[in-house]
Amino acid sequence: MGSGRKGVEVSIAMADAVAQADVDVIAAYPITPQTHIVEHLADIVADGELDAEFVPVDSEHSAMSVCCGSAAVGARTFTSTSSQGLALMSEIFFITAAMRLPVVMALANRSLSSPLSIWNDHSDVMMVRDAGWIHIFIENGQEAYDAIFNSFRIAEDPDVMLPVAVNMDGFILTHMIEPVEYVDNELVKKYIPEFKMKNALHPDCPISMGCFGMPEIYTETQMNREVGVVNSYPVIIKAWEEWGQLTGRHYHPVETYLSDDAEYCIVTMGSFGETAMEVADMLREEGEKVGVVKIRLWRPFPLDEFRKAVLGKKGLIVIDRAISFGGPGGPVASEVRSALYNKKGAPVVVNYVAGLAGRDVSRKDFRNIILEGKKKAESGDTEGFTLYGVRG
Amino acid sequence: MAKAMDEIKWQELEIGAVVTEPGNAAEYKTGSWRSERPVVQKEQCIKCGVCWLFCPDMCIIRAVEGHFTANLNYCKGCGICARECPVGCITMISEEG
Repeated sequence: MGSGRKGVEVSIAMADAVAQADVDVIAAYPITPQTHIVEHLADIVADGELDAEFVPVDSEHSAMSVCCGSAAVGARTFTSTSSQGLALMSEIFFITAAMRLPVVMALANRSLSSPLSIWNDHSDVMMVRDAGWIHIFIENGQEAYDAIFNSFRIAEDPDVMLPVAVNMDGFILTHMIEPVEYVDNELVKKYIPEFKMKNALHPDCPISMGCFGMPEIYTETQMNREVGVVNSYPVIIKAWEEWGQLTGRHYHPVETYLSDDAEYCIVTMGSFGETAMEVADMLREEGEKVGVVKIRLWRPFPLDEFRKAVLGKKGLIVIDRAISFGGPGGPVASEVRSALYNKKGAPVVVNYVAGLAGRDVSRKDFRNIILEGKKKAESGDTEGFTLYGVRG
Repeated sequence: MAKAMDEIKWQELEIGAVVTEPGNAAEYKTGSWRSERPVVQKEQCIKCGVCWLFCPDMCIIRAVEGHFTANLNYCKGCGICARECPVGCITMISEEG
């Protein structure tokens, strides 16, 4: 593939990264808008450019089952899905994390049916929020490419051993052609060590995975998982730090823009962050002290970093891309409110749900949301959420 | 098994709760779920082994005298042995009382 800057579709760049990471097994079922990633990987394997097993399965349930099997023998494993595909594989998705199998997935976020929709929102990933995977959100093509390397490095770390999902907004990112800076294979080899699994399945050393657990032991297994996810945090930070040293591209669990002196901050996750930064620039010119806080790491949730970024602000305007029907707000806002409850200097939180199923959220919309949200914050109208732009 | 299941601390579990000791399921006596137990009239037993073949829990063992009987540490009391015995020498008895 060669290093250097290329104009490339984000899905293709991601597939190239997977090939550069020298995966052993890819098992996937095509589903819009993820299709280009696995199609391109199928090409790469068929052309003999990557010595890997590409398993064209009959469903997403089978895809994740194959991934579990291959990761269980210590093979570097990749898959990708979206929306209904994730719903279909959800049974095994939870098991992958519980069995601590370091599968890496590109999750091209797409709305859930019905109505049937192929366009982007975060309802699919929120469905599996509590499955025990590490979830990273990205904003652009370069981040998509980089996140693949970061994810394999994190997932396969002996102190982590967890699956990682790279969440990217379907179409908005997957089908965009962007300049992406490729790294060379030597750098990747240095960055991601050979995958050596302590308890891999092997006939010479029989072990059992995914056993039956009586009530006497189930609670202990869940505590072990909880600590495992929390303890992945320093490894994630180190993986990003080293990536920054190697490439000059630095990533953090919570990233801020113009937030130091901001009175109000927009909180986003995913590609919304790019628009939010532009709008913050616009509003700054109008004299509004507005900043942006972007959550890159969704699980484990970066509580300390998030609080550090927002405590002392007057208000936060959290923009969610999924509804929690009958709940207290969108998934991100609920998390944010929970993180700030009873904290000194906690800003008020106003929540908008926007951009469902790919409905465009323009800079003008962002401007409206921020100015209206600021008014809500000032008047104490902070309960629940507002479904932005809904007719009626 | 080094430790009883209800004594294992979460820190002592392998990552992914992997079981590294093959066959240790035998350590867990699962017969307490049973509501009925099979009782064999050993004089009538023709030692054909049909109960041994059909038992879904593989808990039928052969006694020293040659007849077959259930290991009650694992028998769940399903009654398949009693149903399949060609001479009717197995009777299911209630565990109550």
